[in-house]
Amino acid sequence: MTHATGYNFAYLDEQTKRMIRRAILKAVAIPGYQVPFGSREMPLPYGWGTGGIQVTAAVIGADDTLKVIDQGADDTTNAVSIRRFFARTAGIATTERTEAATIIQTRHRIPETPLAEGQILVYQVPIPEPLRWLEPRETETRKMHALADYGVMHVKLYEDIARFGRIATTYDYPVLVNGRYLMRPSPIPKFDNPKMHMSPALQLFGAGREKRIYAVPPYTAVKSLDFDDHPFEVQAWDQACALCGATDSFLDEVVTDDKGGRMYVCSDTDYCGRRREAQEAAQ
Amino acid sequence: MYVAVKGGETAIDNAHRLMAEERRGAPATPELSLDQIAGQLGLAVDRVMTEGSVYDRELAALALKQAQGDVVEAVFLLRAYRTTLPRFGASEPLDTAAMAIRRRISSAFKDLPGGQVLGPTYDYTHRLLDFALAEGGDPAPAALAPEPLDAAMPRVADVLGQQGLIEDNPAGDESPGDLTRQPLNFPAGRDLRLQNLARGDEGFLLALAYSSQRGYGNTHPFAGEIRMGNVAVELVPEELGFAIEIGEIAVTECQMINQFKGSKTRPPQFTRGYGLAFGRSERKAMAMALVDRSLRAGELGEDATSPVQDEEFVLAHSDSVEASGFVQHLKLPHYVDFQSELELIRRLRAGKEAAE
Amino acid sequence: MTAVHATDGLLPGFADPVLDSQRVFRAVLEATARPGTLVELPLHLEPPAPLDAATAAVMLALADYETPLWLDGTAATDAVAEYLRFHCGCPLVSDPAAAAFALIADASIMPPLAAFHAGSDEYPDRSTTLVIQVATLTAGEPVELSGPGIRDSARLAAGAFPPDFPRWVAANHELFPRGVDLVLASGRSLAALPRSTRLEW
Repeated sequence: MTHATGYNFAYLDEQTKRMIRRAILKAVAIPGYQVPFGSREMPLPYGWGTGGIQVTAAVIGADDTLKVIDQGADDTTNAVSIRRFFARTAGIATTERTEAATIIQTRHRIPETPLAEGQILVYQVPIPEPLRWLEPRETETRKMHALADYGVMHVKLYEDIARFGRIATTYDYPVLVNGRYLMRPSPIPKFDNPKMHMSPALQLFGAGREKRIYAVPPYTAVKSLDFDDHPFEVQAWDQACALCGATDSFLDEVVTDDKGGRMYVCSDTDYCGRRREAQEAAQ
Repeated sequence: MYVAVKGGETAIDNAHRLMAEERRGAPATPELSLDQIAGQLGLAVDRVMTEGSVYDRELAALALKQAQGDVVEAVFLLRAYRTTLPRFGASEPLDTAAMAIRRRISSAFKDLPGGQVLGPTYDYTHRLLDFALAEGGDPAPAALAPEPLDAAMPRVADVLGQQGLIEDNPAGDESPGDLTRQPLNFPAGRDLRLQNLARGDEGFLLALAYSSQRGYGNTHPFAGEIRMGNVAVELVPEELGFAIEIGEIAVTECQMINQFKGSKTRPPQFTRGYGLAFGRSERKAMAMALVDRSLRAGELGEDATSPVQDEEFVLAHSDSVEASGFVQHLKLPHYVDFQSELELIRRLRAGKEAAE
Repeated sequence: MTAVHATDGLLPGFADPVLDSQRVFRAVLEATARPGTLVELPLHLEPPAPLDAATAAVMLALADYETPLWLDGTAATDAVAEYLRFHCGCPLVSDPAAAAFALIADASIMPPLAAFHAGSDEYPDRSTTLVIQVATLTAGEPVELSGPGIRDSARLAAGAFPPDFPRWVAANHELFPRGVDLVLASGRSLAALPRSTRLEW
């Protein structure tokens, strides 16, 4: 036992970590393919990040510095809970600064600060299968992946265009990895999709309840599906962040009163805070 | 000024302290002991052990106490504890024919060797709230039978099997899989299917079993036998090479007997559905047996048209820990995705107005 | 968790099984995520001959009773078999296609990659990982690498392999998403060639 908690370093037993590590290595070797793994019951509920936690627990070492975000923010309740879990069971250093972290576990966002070589981004994934809403059966979707038969997804997106004049998927927007596997990027806004393409960082995806791990190695092509006459585009705001003035970040809309009052602020709290610090220092 | 809908560590700590206070209830009321829970809420303990996959009355009682009696939460607590336990091996198959019977009934035969043994049951009680129970006090002692139970209590399915009227239940020489170590693949073998159903949520299995009785998957079942009592657990340690008894557990076993008209390869005969649960969990064992038989539709060449016959549907959704976690994860913040949807709806509306 | 103390004649494994396993895994992960990159073994290890430290460390970190292991003729000494059985508990298999890991101590006479399990179209992950000990990871004939994990191109100079090795690797890459993955080890250095990597000789 490494720590006073009575549990092994980073909670998981060594046999479980080895099994997860082997799955991660296969996932990296087959970019975008969902590797089944013997997901364990964690002391946090399924659906609350158990896949990401298991991946992080298998990867993290004593020298790592961990950042955990939910909705882009370090101080949301679930991010706080997961960060505490690792600080307690692994005794590792934690940070809120994107560039200071060696491992970043995330739910629903990719940080605005560009990631660097050597960093690992661990995504919490609720539903790993990109074809799940189109075909609920695992046996069928597995065949479709084997044959790279993704016609149903193109049809679905095209039906959106016929009906709404645009693709009506705004988050968890499907991507093709390395020209082969259709992949769900987890429910990040499509605003973040371009950050996955040729990222210098290693991206690992853990789905605990669904028992799948997948990966995008650094410098790997990640293409958001689109059509020649309807190219992929990301969200844009007419407003700037009310706190730091950023016009290039994903903005959360905050309701300020019951008379239609709204303000927009960066969803990435580290990015916003650092910008404000820099502005104050410059004054 | 903008106040983020975010909670720091203090808020989480305070919420947990408040929960602990509520769990304790009025301080003037004596606190529940684990003995009281294990002894007086025994059926809840049995259910938590069954779905939690750990046979330990004390731990199950603790889980129930910690969860304020919420069975699904208690199952989750026990499961999370179970994950970290070392594994020493798999036991030999339980010999339920050698069970020390406390209850044994068959609805297929009026009488049979060993007889019908009612044992402790709510069956035939009138469900009238017992206000005397609210007052407390010791119950009248149960009468002892004039003579002990027969030593031989053959299983009904074995009796039918001697005449070839029911399908064989071959022993199988492969060691069973374990879906808590390896992810489930489809089609699943019967070993993993039964493991999944044994761990499955009782309410979910009950509803599925019920649907099979109402025409969504026709099974024509008879409760061939339900037996409850203690069985020995045996293990073969590598270094010994022979089985030693490591303890006794109480289980409820249900063998459903189902009509089968025969197929090209099989003669008409009765088929089996199997249910087994820890402790006294009769409803669970019966529901499990019905669902098990329904899931054998493909194997027996029957049309699989109903939810209860759909292996992927049943096995992927039976687990209360998975289901509870994912349903309740909707409490987590989703405002980034919601923001994305808001923006889309506004754009679509603007586009529509412009067109009109 | 404490270190396992070796019995008579058996060489010790990791000094700290928990943290050392993690360090070696991260080294293999880095090598696999960035094919062609040379990664130094982050710890000291003295395995039985003919294994190099890096070769043995990969096995200790990743193999266990769930991963059948195949040994080539050079690796299949009593000392190596006993060492791996004791520290990893992995079953040894004689059929290379049944192995989750294959340990090749002499790359120059290794069997073709097609002898190992390439996984299936539905489950390409169920394939053999080959840990190949090579004489050098710096002085062989340089190869141009491209594919996931590589920004533009990378070079690797490993050797020596059988003459047909380039053809085997090309055929393995053609199988994608099926295929085997290679971890190359020499002395205290590691590199990886996952199936996704294209090689030009």
